[in-house]
Amino acid sequence: MITINPCSAELPGVLGETMPFLCDGTLITLQSAIGGSVLAIALPVGLMATSRHRGVRAVARVYMEFFRGTSVLVQLFWLFYAMPLLTGFQLDKIFAGVLALGLNLGAYGSEVVRGAVRAVPRGQREAAVALNFSPFQRMRYVVLPQAFVEMVPPMNNLLIELLKATSLLSAITVADLAYEGRLLVNSGSDQLIVFALLLAIYFLLSYLITLLMRFVERRAARMVGRERPRRRAARAAEAAR
Amino acid sequence: MIRFDKVGKRFGDVTVLRELDFHVERGERVTLIGPSGSGKTTILRLLMTLERVTSGTIHVDGQCLSHMRRGDRQVPADERHLRQVRKKIGMVFQQFNLFPNMNVLRNITEAPVRALGVPREQAEEKARELLKMVDLAGKAHAHPSQLSGGQQQRVAIARALAMEPEVLLLDEVTSALDPELVSGVQNLLRDIAHQGNLTLLCVTHEMNFARDISHRVLMFDQGQIVEEGSPEQIFTEPAQQRTRDFLQAVLNA
Ligand SMILES: Nc1ncnc2c1ncn2[C@@H]1O[C@H](COP(=O)(O)OP(=O)(O)OP(=O)(O)O)[C@@H](O)[C@H]1O
Ligand SMILES: [Mg+2]
Repeated sequence: MITINPCSAELPGVLGETMPFLCDGTLITLQSAIGGSVLAIALPVGLMATSRHRGVRAVARVYMEFFRGTSVLVQLFWLFYAMPLLTGFQLDKIFAGVLALGLNLGAYGSEVVRGAVRAVPRGQREAAVALNFSPFQRMRYVVLPQAFVEMVPPMNNLLIELLKATSLLSAITVADLAYEGRLLVNSGSDQLIVFALLLAIYFLLSYLITLLMRFVERRAARMVGRERPRRRAARAAEAAR
Repeated sequence: MIRFDKVGKRFGDVTVLRELDFHVERGERVTLIGPSGSGKTTILRLLMTLERVTSGTIHVDGQCLSHMRRGDRQVPADERHLRQVRKKIGMVFQQFNLFPNMNVLRNITEAPVRALGVPREQAEEKARELLKMVDLAGKAHAHPSQLSGGQQQRVAIARALAMEPEVLLLDEVTSALDPELVSGVQNLLRDIAHQGNLTLLCVTHEMNFARDISHRVLMFDQGQIVEEGSPEQIFTEPAQQRTRDFLQAVLNA
């Protein structure tokens, strides 16, 4: 069996001359994407936004509104270019990029978490109170597992957004996928092929995320005893006939 | 066991309970009846600490639900105090409220394990006994959504009993069930009522059931007790016109 390394320089023609660079960019894209999502502080902030304490809620709200209300690009510029001027402290560009994307998408993610937690029926919490769970246990064993199912699909969208948003990092000279692509074109590679490859790679990555999230969603749905969404839809269609 | 002293409860502008006084002895079984909106559910929810009183006090086994002593002052109860008093109280809800993220066995064992620190094997052994009692021994690993309403409610009863409460609150536990499933749940509760020394506070519109299980019936209207007495007295010769009207309406429904 012959295995082909898709990043090898030995590939024929334009592929051989472009793929090593694109793969390198992909790696960074992925790193930023993963770093960004890990940083996505969605869970704690989302939970804070459902807190009983008004002060805690307020902090979460301010953060969420601020980062949703200003553009990622501007946030990037602030973290990378403006902060050193103000504080004399220069962040590494990858770190600044991951931080900015994490904070920005994290704000959207918190909203997802908040909505899902609030969507758990009140009776569930009340049953947990009646069974004398502590507030932490109510959240951990009753509310979150049920909210989790609701979070997966919107989080999937968010992760794909995050993947695509990494191309903004080229604005602070991080060599992401799009950045590498432009370099290749500038150094004389075939534009059409490079751009087609870019398209394909982005699409594959986001499809990979979707597949992964579908898997997670199915597991989560089974955990709360729901059918898989597709089967339910099929059955509804059948019933309608 | 349970004592209400001048309990008032308002939701915004709506006064649901005003100056309500009553008490329930240890081991006594009391049924609350009355028209919709008269505050029956609110009373149970106050006892379960799902709501807080607006005024007055509630004591369960000598402990105040809403306040605790700090030094020589009464301060609003904190979570620790609430958990202490909740230990004595269990509740079964109209809508069952089983946890969909757990199977039947877990539904029953999770609270004893997490909240009381009972070892899991011991909790499971107890749960299987309870499942046998509610006639669902074969369903330990079923998921709640695979059970009928009546079966779900019986699991919910087992789940409440697993915490070994001294007081059990039942809020219209059969009114969400299909008619043919009602008697199974009622028979179970009848057995539980007659074999244990549980203190039972029960809201129901099923007068035969109320007659079977209770020592005493309280008739409510607009957040106040209109009449109280033994089931025989209330159901056969009610003294108050409002009780007569209410019973008439329920029996003709
Ligand atoms: N959370 C709440 N907010 C506002 N009003 C409420 C709330 N809970 C109950 N009420 C009001 O309190 C009154 C008493 O309600 P409660 O549920 O105790 O009545 P009930 O006797 O149990 O009636 P039913 O037989 O219909 O169950 C009703 O008028 C209801 O609208
Ligand atoms: Mg009610």
